[in-house]
Amino acid sequence: MDWSLPDYKSQTSEVRARFEALKARPVMLDVQGLGKVFPSRKKSETVLKDIGFQVHRREFLSIIGPSGCGKSTLIRIVAGLEQASSGTVKLENTPVEGPGPDRGMVFQNYSLFPWQTVLGNVRFPLILQGHGASIAEAEARTWIDIVGLADYEEYYPSQLSGGMRQRVAIARALAAKPKVLLMDEPFGALDAQTRSKMQAYLLEIWRKVDVTVLFITHDLDEAVFLSDRILVLKAHPGEVQELIEVPLPQPRNSAHTLTPEFLAVRRRLDELIHPQGDDDAEKFEMLRLAPAGDEVL
Amino acid sequence: MKIPGFQPRKPLTGRQKWILTLLSFVLPVGLWSVVSYVPFVWHPVILVRSVGGSSALEQGERVDPAFFQAENQKLAAEGKPLAAGLRANPIFLPSPGRVFEAFFKAFTTPPRRVGDPWLAESLWHSIQIIFWGFFLSSLIGVPLGILAGTYGFFKGLFEPFIEFFRYLPAPAFGALTVAIWGINDGPKIAIIFIGTFFQQVLVISNTTAKCDTTLLEAAQTMGARGVRLLSSVVIPSVLPDVYRDQRILLGWAWTYLIVSEVVGTSSGITFFIDQQAKYREYANVFAAISMIGLIGIATDMVLGWLGRFFFPWRRLEGKEA
Repeated sequence: MDWSLPDYKSQTSEVRARFEALKARPVMLDVQGLGKVFPSRKKSETVLKDIGFQVHRREFLSIIGPSGCGKSTLIRIVAGLEQASSGTVKLENTPVEGPGPDRGMVFQNYSLFPWQTVLGNVRFPLILQGHGASIAEAEARTWIDIVGLADYEEYYPSQLSGGMRQRVAIARALAAKPKVLLMDEPFGALDAQTRSKMQAYLLEIWRKVDVTVLFITHDLDEAVFLSDRILVLKAHPGEVQELIEVPLPQPRNSAHTLTPEFLAVRRRLDELIHPQGDDDAEKFEMLRLAPAGDEVL
Repeated sequence: MKIPGFQPRKPLTGRQKWILTLLSFVLPVGLWSVVSYVPFVWHPVILVRSVGGSSALEQGERVDPAFFQAENQKLAAEGKPLAAGLRANPIFLPSPGRVFEAFFKAFTTPPRRVGDPWLAESLWHSIQIIFWGFFLSSLIGVPLGILAGTYGFFKGLFEPFIEFFRYLPAPAFGALTVAIWGINDGPKIAIIFIGTFFQQVLVISNTTAKCDTTLLEAAQTMGARGVRLLSSVVIPSVLPDVYRDQRILLGWAWTYLIVSEVVGTSSGITFFIDQQAKYREYANVFAAISMIGLIGIATDMVLGWLGRFFFPWRRLEGKEA
């Protein structure tokens, strides 16, 4: 069978122009020499080692890697929820210290306040920022509208499906007007259909809203479909393997997932994350229980 | 065949629940009725109906059957009229009917000794003691528990001492509280406070510590910090569980009531029970004891019902308010 795919690095002139424009934008998030060591009594474990990358304003950058590569730790450090052992994280040239509303975060488990309705949840960051109740409410409604939940304002999170809850979480994070939206495997708990709907939704929102996205995932297709660029990490310790520019135009739709360019990047990711020989290692001896001559092949 | 209620972890239907609730009361009362109304089940004494020619017996007295028979044999030998009696239970076990009657009559019967409180007054006094003891304890204990469950400083500072103090039995402080607050309501409230407070701080602290960390993190990434995290995230997130704890703790406070009411001058429902026992009105004793149970369960039901009102999202999550 012919698997010839284009080189994942080859870009059409349109895509190249897009990347040039993107890189001409100011650097929003600058991570340099970031390391994280978890000290333990026996031997301290290096989770992240010398991570460096830059995210430009309004870029969509994904971080992908095998489990144990420290991608969650990385985004939590950027969010300020954890401290780095070395290196710096700068947001618009200012080093970040601790969590703040300029870096909104969406968690895998939604983290909505169960005691508040959809409106109450989205209003929360606005009231924190000192807006009056009526202004906060009006603005919250706008965000709820953007994520398409206008009819569910008075619902409690527990009454909503997983996809709807995550939309509320996105609306709530955006309502704080963050410069960077950090998303830690936000669709990891959703079923495949809801997940692909949410991906299209997210791209739509990202286009409309002035926000830079840093997105963590372990799903290769998700990374290729959503991202401008993909930072691939390897595990033990978590180090940068490659920064891939996805040679697909924006805006994207599901048809793009069948293009040769998509598949070329997809295959490259596969090579990086499941290196050759991995498959063989997983073959194991097993007792045969089916009768002879009854092959399924 | 599948017997309802015997599949592991499978909830009962409303009807089954209702039937079992009814049964859980009917069974003990039924047992009590059998013991009270069916003569050969227990009935170890003889209730004297008429003394006949005896000078040793008294009408209405409960005597040992052997003594009663011996007395009658003596009377028969002397040719005097025989005494008559019925088999009966001891005086400390009145029948359900008597207790049920006492339940209503006790409220309308004036106290035997002039100046003693009526039943309603005794009950009201007890309720006030419970209220103040529990209220004062909660006023300090709940905020302290929430602080200890949130900040390591308060946990480190308060919990070791409280862990020690909670092993000291509240009744042991009886004499001390009387010395400090005199013989009236002060020491009683103090005993309930001591019995409740130390458990309360630990229980509430434990509950508060279960606040979902990711909610705190989410709030921090939206710009919440300091006291705001406590007031806008920790407290609302643990409030329904704290409320449930308070319901349980209120139940514990009731168990300290009787102890507290014998400290200093005996008062409240305990005084009433003691008096009735002295008059050998055991039906009233039973009635008063079950009133405590009724007040307790009624309060808890009202609080449970209010909880559903206060925390509407809890039912949607399938959790108890």
